Amino acid sequence: MEFPRRDAPYLSPKADVSAMMLQVLLALIPAALAHIWYFGPGFLFNLLVAAAFCVGGEALMLRARDRDPTVAVADYSALVTAALLAFALPSLTPWWVTATGALFAIVIAKHLYGGLGFNVFNPAMVGYVVILVAYPMEMNLWVAPRMGDIDYIDLTLMQTIKYTLTGMYPDALNFDAISRATPLDAMQSGLRNMRTYAEIRTNPMMGDFGGRGWEWIGNFVAFGGFWLLIKKIIRWQIPTGVFAGLLIPAGLMYMIAPGTNASPGFHLFSGATILCAFFIATDPVSAATSPKGRFVYGCGIGFLIFAIRKWGSFADGVAFAILLMNMAAPAIDYITKPHIVGHARRGDHQ
Amino acid sequence: MSAPTYDLGKLHGGLRLAAHKKQSTSEAIQVVPLPEQLILPITQHAGDAAQPIVDIGDRVLKGQLLADPDGLLGAGVHASSSGKIVAIEPWPVSRRYGDTAPCIVIECDGEDRAIDAAGIAADYEQLSPDQLLARILQGGIVGLGGAVFPTAQKLMQAITCELDYLILNGVECEPYISCDDMLMREHAGEIIGGAQILLRALALDVAYVVVESDKPEAIRRLGEVMGELGDERLILKQVPTIYPSGGEDQLVQLVTNREVPSGGLPTDVGCLVQNVGTAAAIHAWIRRNEPLVSRITTVTGDGIAKPMNVEARIGTTVADIVSFAGGYTEHAQQLIIGGPMTGKSVTTDKVPLVKATNCILVLSEAPAVGAELPCIRCGDCAAVCPIQLLPQQLFWYACADDEEKLRRYGLIDCIECGCCDLVCPSHIPLTADFRTAKARIMELADEKARAARARQRFEARNARLESEAHTRDAELSRQKESARKAGPDAIAEILKRKQEQSDED
Repeated sequence: MEFPRRDAPYLSPKADVSAMMLQVLLALIPAALAHIWYFGPGFLFNLLVAAAFCVGGEALMLRARDRDPTVAVADYSALVTAALLAFALPSLTPWWVTATGALFAIVIAKHLYGGLGFNVFNPAMVGYVVILVAYPMEMNLWVAPRMGDIDYIDLTLMQTIKYTLTGMYPDALNFDAISRATPLDAMQSGLRNMRTYAEIRTNPMMGDFGGRGWEWIGNFVAFGGFWLLIKKIIRWQIPTGVFAGLLIPAGLMYMIAPGTNASPGFHLFSGATILCAFFIATDPVSAATSPKGRFVYGCGIGFLIFAIRKWGSFADGVAFAILLMNMAAPAIDYITKPHIVGHARRGDHQ
Repeated sequence: MSAPTYDLGKLHGGLRLAAHKKQSTSEAIQVVPLPEQLILPITQHAGDAAQPIVDIGDRVLKGQLLADPDGLLGAGVHASSSGKIVAIEPWPVSRRYGDTAPCIVIECDGEDRAIDAAGIAADYEQLSPDQLLARILQGGIVGLGGAVFPTAQKLMQAITCELDYLILNGVECEPYISCDDMLMREHAGEIIGGAQILLRALALDVAYVVVESDKPEAIRRLGEVMGELGDERLILKQVPTIYPSGGEDQLVQLVTNREVPSGGLPTDVGCLVQNVGTAAAIHAWIRRNEPLVSRITTVTGDGIAKPMNVEARIGTTVADIVSFAGGYTEHAQQLIIGGPMTGKSVTTDKVPLVKATNCILVLSEAPAVGAELPCIRCGDCAAVCPIQLLPQQLFWYACADDEEKLRRYGLIDCIECGCCDLVCPSHIPLTADFRTAKARIMELADEKARAARARQRFEARNARLESEAHTRDAELSRQKESARKAGPDAIAEILKRKQEQSDED
């Protein structure tokens, strides 16, 4: 009997890129629901717009690059980019702002660098930084979370859609009436105005660790993150590194001068720290790739987040920290090569 | 008796794979009847081909030497049964390189008469280690774990090193394969006997018999035999069931916590590893005078009607063995000699069973897994690599054909276990790519060596020409000098004398 020639191994691979990306998307569902609960339905529209432009941009670029669009669109990676971008946006964001970010992420940051697997920078973060710089006012329109006594403004579904489509404020409302400082904004400006940490924390918007409402979204993000860890979609090195890099300096500073520094708990539960640790920094393509390197990479991101929050002009520093460490990833990989079994260890003289 | 799992070293990564061994271990080992024809490749071992010492038409007896390594690295080939040599010709084989190889074809007479072995069987304990080694050399025994390195030569190399442990490898970590498991269950005594012979040949006093934890029956049997013998030099060890703990270097690391140096051998760290099947073969040869003319092999996979372990004569074709195991099922779409991770896919079942054949695996076509996607650097490959390589980086450098980086990132150390392939979410055939890249590096190294040799020759030639020119110059100037000292008169005189001489002629 005759048989075809094959290459070893003959067993089928166990994993799949699209399955991994799908798991990441699923892991974000609890956080998305929490986001919608606390900040209204705007998140959904942002997600839809981002998804449409990310997937559309991906398909167009693949066609332009003579690749089969159906294969690559089916890997869900563009949807993950869209979801991460949507999480970074205020719940009220005009569609063209989201679209700009989405297209920049996919077309410039992803496909002009060679597409999936070749992008040097995290696409979602490139898109976010571009619109953060290009549309500073729109990107500052954070509403207060739905949290009892906080002055949450309950926009109707139609009002949200109208703002998303036209950028026009609902009747009798303006930017100042709707927008509220985020906990990070409040903390940064408070500390710079010589108020103490304890004083700032008396603001009713502050919760157990971070801002009320905000910190709960963090919990749901972490829930999805732990699930990814258990499923081994992500590994522990990067999240641990991010937390260590942020919390150790924050803790030291807080111990030395508790009046003029936010507590590590506040850092952990504010802004995009948890989302960054589990979902953004763990993008494998733009991260360092050796196990030790990933820990170093995570530490670098954590420390840069701390540094930007403390000394920088932006309230949060996740996107910049990610992009800066993306640049450092190849060097980190070079320095942190693991010991190859059977080779002399460093320091051995054989 | 269960073997303790203690003071083990650590192996990085690896995979827990579905074993698929139950199908082939439910029944005892069955003996395949003598076929009409036996096809015996003259190269069934690592090293040089053995040279046929018989001719077409010769009648041979079972156990008779047919091809002799003749002092080179290799092992003899013995007749697996009695009969007539009908051909010495190329035949399809399952060797890793090349599709056909010279084979000696015997037409069996069915009598299965063995060669007279009178006077050879002696008590091995009366032989010196050197005599034992010399004796093993004649048995045609090679490593039966798959690498088929000639056993005698492996032992001769080993006794030149400082050894601490003999390690008997009963790990058999690759899915589907169960021939060592069945051997340990049914012939534990021969394995242990072989270990004792090896200890004597090596003048060693510690042998670890290492078995994976998923073979409780084998561990029990070995334990019983060792208990009866009460030989304190033998220690039974159980290791966790993780692929690829049964690789030679991996096993050394697991059992002794010593890393075999890159490009080196286990003997560099004081260990000698032998497969349990090899030990049993040594036992059969030394104690019973039976050279390696048959072996136990697993016939399994969803393409085989009755998966089982069989004992078959070396030279029986795969087709014969498969039909003994009930024939193919409708799922038979791939034929693999060896296991599903490292085996060799062959295109025809005409290939003979050779000393290396531990498994005949017939599988259905693997389900389509979708297109190969770009590497997303998830690093799952690095997490499972037992050598702690970074396959994601190696892949990158292999694509770029960056020889220097490939070397620095340890491509040469890759054992081609296939773990990275299985976990790759982008379905990149990493192992096949690395195999190609390795071959390319070897080729480059060859080219470089050739270029270096050419340059050496060129430089040597230049140097020779230069020194010749130099000598010539020196001679010339010496002559000029003596001429100058003698003065013009002397020259004229010489010329005149020469003239006279030629006039006289």
